[in-house]
Amino acid sequence: MVLMAKDLDDLEVDIARCMHCGACVGSCPVNAIYLNEVVLEFNDDCTMCRRCIKVCPVGAIHLAGEK
Amino acid sequence: MQEYDAVIVGAGPAGSMTAKWAAKNGARVLMIEKRQEIGSPVRCGEGISRGWLEGVGVKLDQKSIAREVKGARIVAPNGKPFYLSEKMAGNEVGIVIDRIFFDKLLARDAVEAGADLQLKTSAIKLLKNGDKVTGVKVKSFGKTWDIKAGCVVGADGFESQVGRWAGINTSLAPRDITSCFQYRLTNIKHEPDYCEFVLGSKAPGGYIWIFPKDEKTANVGIGMQLTKLKDRGDVKKYLDKFIENDPRLKKGKALEMVSGAVSICAPIDKTIGDGILLVGDAARQIDPITGGGISNSCKAGKVAGEVIAKAAKERNFSERSLERYEKGWRDLIENHLYRNWMAKEKLVTLSDDTFNKIIAALNEVGVEKMSTLAILRAIETKYPDLVKEFQNLL
Repeated sequence: MVLMAKDLDDLEVDIARCMHCGACVGSCPVNAIYLNEVVLEFNDDCTMCRRCIKVCPVGAIHLAGEK
Repeated sequence: MQEYDAVIVGAGPAGSMTAKWAAKNGARVLMIEKRQEIGSPVRCGEGISRGWLEGVGVKLDQKSIAREVKGARIVAPNGKPFYLSEKMAGNEVGIVIDRIFFDKLLARDAVEAGADLQLKTSAIKLLKNGDKVTGVKVKSFGKTWDIKAGCVVGADGFESQVGRWAGINTSLAPRDITSCFQYRLTNIKHEPDYCEFVLGSKAPGGYIWIFPKDEKTANVGIGMQLTKLKDRGDVKKYLDKFIENDPRLKKGKALEMVSGAVSICAPIDKTIGDGILLVGDAARQIDPITGGGISNSCKAGKVAGEVIAKAAKERNFSERSLERYEKGWRDLIENHLYRNWMAKEKLVTLSDDTFNKIIAALNEVGVEKMSTLAILRAIETKYPDLVKEFQNLL
């Protein structure tokens, strides 16, 4: 199951993989990701640097259209 | 409106220690935790040393200790181990804890000292008057309200929001981030009396750990530097591969999975502001070599709590007043953090061959005391060229 990152068409979070650990949140250089317990939210400060995709230990974040 | 001397965001070790020492010294404090249970889900390898516990007033209970170990087993990329006894390590290796109980123990200590505690309560915004932080907006069970505070404490971990909201620069360079994954594996044949560290390209820019929980169970985890990651989900893949290729672990079954990230940066410039201070992972107080944060969090938390109590008595939570915390924690751990960051910057560049040589040298020469310096001296006798690269640390 895939959840579209809020307000972003380009990133997707695979909620079946996401461990809600916050690795992406703390790594985001512009603070565009917020983790409220188990829900990851992205805001439009996101610059698409893709660091969150890389840092996610389980590979739960990906570009829209990629698998 | 609710009003406190300090509202502490996050009930991990850093938050609980801050709350405890502030309350103990007379401050009115509230600790909020966004999760529904303190200590859970675990995001930790759970191996700690024990020499520092007494100094910060922590008395472990039976439940918090999963296993006491005799030392560390440091494994070269070629598989050769170097055994580090606890005597050599000067109490630097020691216990594998149960965070689920340990964190509750610290929170209980805080409550006993007089702190208030509210679970399932998230900070969603800082209240400010100009640049001065005056409180925090919180949300819990669908209700949102403001809490006034002389000082807000960001003890909200690696993913800290509080510091960023306050305008404190806590951002990390990719080389200063380690991404981690861990299984609690049971049905394995590890060495149950040693904490194991596997070095080299099996975990580029980091290491693999095997921390025993009991005779048949251990936390088996990996940390990798962000700059060394190529494909999505690499961290878990590297660990899975390691487990599959290790005959001791191959038949293991996971009881638990843990993911997360830690900072491995040099000490940041500033951890305070008007009405705000950061502590623990939120203040990037993690040891850049081990990725361990509990002892530093507790040490800094104690200082933070004591300073908050003084500031409460003086009714002065200005940045100037909180500088006593900035100075206090730096006096305790800054040099160590900086040295280990420099060493980390070097370690992440070493080849498997070099790690093999280092472990061989340690086995031949031996070390009496486990310290960066002692290790470098030992290696120097065999490989002086190697140590030249670390000269600035000596």
